[in-house]
Amino acid sequence: MISRREFMQAAAALAAIYGTTTPMGSLNAKQKITEDDLLGMKPFGNVTLAHLTDVHAQLMPVWFREPSINLGVGEAEGKPPHLTGEDFLKRYNIEAGSAEAYALQSKDFLKLAKQYGQMGGMDRIATVLKHIRAERPNNTLFLDGGDTWHGSYTALQTKGADMVEVMNALKPDAMTGHWEFTLGEERVQEIVDSLPFAFLGANIFNNEWEEPAFDAVKMFERGGAKIAVIGQAFPYTPIANPRWMIPNWSFGIREDEIKKQVQSARDKGANLVVLLSHNGFDVDRKVASRVKGIDVILCGHTHDAMPEPLKVGNTLLVASGSNGKFISRLDLDVDKSGVKGFKFRLIPIFSDVISQDKDMTALVNKVRAPYEKELNRVVGQADGLLYRRGNFNGTVDDLICDALLEERDAEIALSPGFRWGPSLLPGQKITVEDIHNVCAMTYPAAYRTNMTGQQLKDIFEDVADNLFNPDPYYQQGGDMVRVGGLGYTINPKKKIGERITNMTELKTNKPIDLKKEYVVAGWASVNKDTKGPAIWDVIEKYLTNHTPVQVKANDGIKVVGM
Amino acid sequence: MKDLSRRDVLALGTTAAAAALFVNPLAAHAETDLAKDLIKKFTGGKNAAEGKIKLEMPEIAENGNTVPLSFTVESPMTKKDYVKRVIIIAGGNPRPEVATFNFSHLSGVAKASSRMRLAKTQNVIAVAELSDGSFHMTKTEVKVTIGGCGG
Repeated sequence: MISRREFMQAAAALAAIYGTTTPMGSLNAKQKITEDDLLGMKPFGNVTLAHLTDVHAQLMPVWFREPSINLGVGEAEGKPPHLTGEDFLKRYNIEAGSAEAYALQSKDFLKLAKQYGQMGGMDRIATVLKHIRAERPNNTLFLDGGDTWHGSYTALQTKGADMVEVMNALKPDAMTGHWEFTLGEERVQEIVDSLPFAFLGANIFNNEWEEPAFDAVKMFERGGAKIAVIGQAFPYTPIANPRWMIPNWSFGIREDEIKKQVQSARDKGANLVVLLSHNGFDVDRKVASRVKGIDVILCGHTHDAMPEPLKVGNTLLVASGSNGKFISRLDLDVDKSGVKGFKFRLIPIFSDVISQDKDMTALVNKVRAPYEKELNRVVGQADGLLYRRGNFNGTVDDLICDALLEERDAEIALSPGFRWGPSLLPGQKITVEDIHNVCAMTYPAAYRTNMTGQQLKDIFEDVADNLFNPDPYYQQGGDMVRVGGLGYTINPKKKIGERITNMTELKTNKPIDLKKEYVVAGWASVNKDTKGPAIWDVIEKYLTNHTPVQVKANDGIKVVGM
Repeated sequence: MKDLSRRDVLALGTTAAAAALFVNPLAAHAETDLAKDLIKKFTGGKNAAEGKIKLEMPEIAENGNTVPLSFTVESPMTKKDYVKRVIIIAGGNPRPEVATFNFSHLSGVAKASSRMRLAKTQNVIAVAELSDGSFHMTKTEVKVTIGGCGG
């Protein structure tokens, strides 16, 4: 049923060219892989869904290393998208060293990065969308899964205006959101009121009267089919992000509301029901198993990229990655009785291969122009590879923790387990833009406070349960809170209160005393009155004194029981 | 760039308020004896069967101080067959009794919405008494979490 032939054709072509031989420069990649290899797909059926999600305001091409550890628990254990490295390659029959292997998993990242170059870039994405629309003029819906207006220096400075302008030019048909809401209620409402397309959130309610705060669904007609797109914003936005910024809006999974919307869409004659979701993959898998009548879930939030859809009952789950690395194209044959068949392609946006759309290049340059000097200001240099993704730590976060420990004179540092933020290659100059790509946000205060060992344990247990609760409806996405100066052992399969053991102060190698107070520095507290300098200033100061910056990965975290 | 001297850093530190948000999220989910006694008192010691009553609450509370709840009991709500009372119990609160809703066949439907405070992660229990003297119950876990690290 799942046609991967075309994806694999490109893979085979690339493998034939490259084999497993010596690395080539990205110029060579440009000459060898063609745009046709990446975009060529024989159109199928009467409807095309193009899905872009979790761009995190990355207008320009990026380096982005996928995680080498991404554990699933409960029903999700060992299943996609919880596969990394060799397991991922094996599951999807992808050749090591191939272009897909580079794009989709972490093994040989550095070697392959040199070979295949950067990924993403809004002007390349524009080219792909133009190609799809030219091929499928009356059949295409372009849907944005959210986390679009946040994650860069310019998005922060313009309160999302740069991304809104760029996305408007790409003409999405609908979007939903998560980090968008960290711009605050007033700003979100202002932008949403101005959008020439639908901002959907079936699960967002005014919390005074429990009335819908946004449109839940939008009906479209494409290729003779009636399509209902239901929007599902990130259910735990007021918990994972500051509630005080959106005091009047309540979220939640609200499974009954999804059921109601699906039924209502069917009653209105929808032939195809699409959930444009920011739930996170495991939550969506559970939704698909419990809510009948959804044909396609376009998944976001957890940043997974899967080379083929996963089928749960009659529902197709599509996961399209993050940071502009991919666009999914799902061609569907839909008639009155529903979906008859489909073809899928996860299109990797190889920046050196896919041509730049001139208009979009100009627009991106325009929105960046006022900030260009600051964006390019060099503040340091990377020594080793700096990356963020992984369940327990990443070298970007180890760097942030080092900066917090030193600049805020703390014994222990905490850094949130975000999944956004591109990578930096060894030797790369670190600019203001690079720093902001991993920490730009509207609540950046780097606090310094005292916490007892018990409070620290409570935090770790709480976050671990948000990540490893066997019931996905109790998960919040994201990864484990990052720590500096402290090590611990974690058993993800245990219950809350029992997962974390052996908490150790790394400097003294002494066990953490639950009753003792420690000086703790961290950032991105959801608490309103948090005081402290902005985290990017803390990082910049640290880099000024440590460059090229040597980062030692925190090896004090042990995972057991998996 | 701000110049952060060590003195600034320490001064800022004294006003940092981050610790204030850390509630204790860790607690056993078993019902307290108080809650168990309350159920017993409501049912007069009779068994309450699972089902018939549906309790809707968020899986994770956005604000433990005001957690929305709504319930519906399946019933024709006729003179012969109707829901008499529904009690809502917070299984882990120091005072577990949240509310009792009284109905009659004239109510038309047995449903209601309210808000409640939850001290920590716990089960919320709803028990319904029907006009035939039978009892029905359901429970749902609501997590009260520190939050702040998703994304």
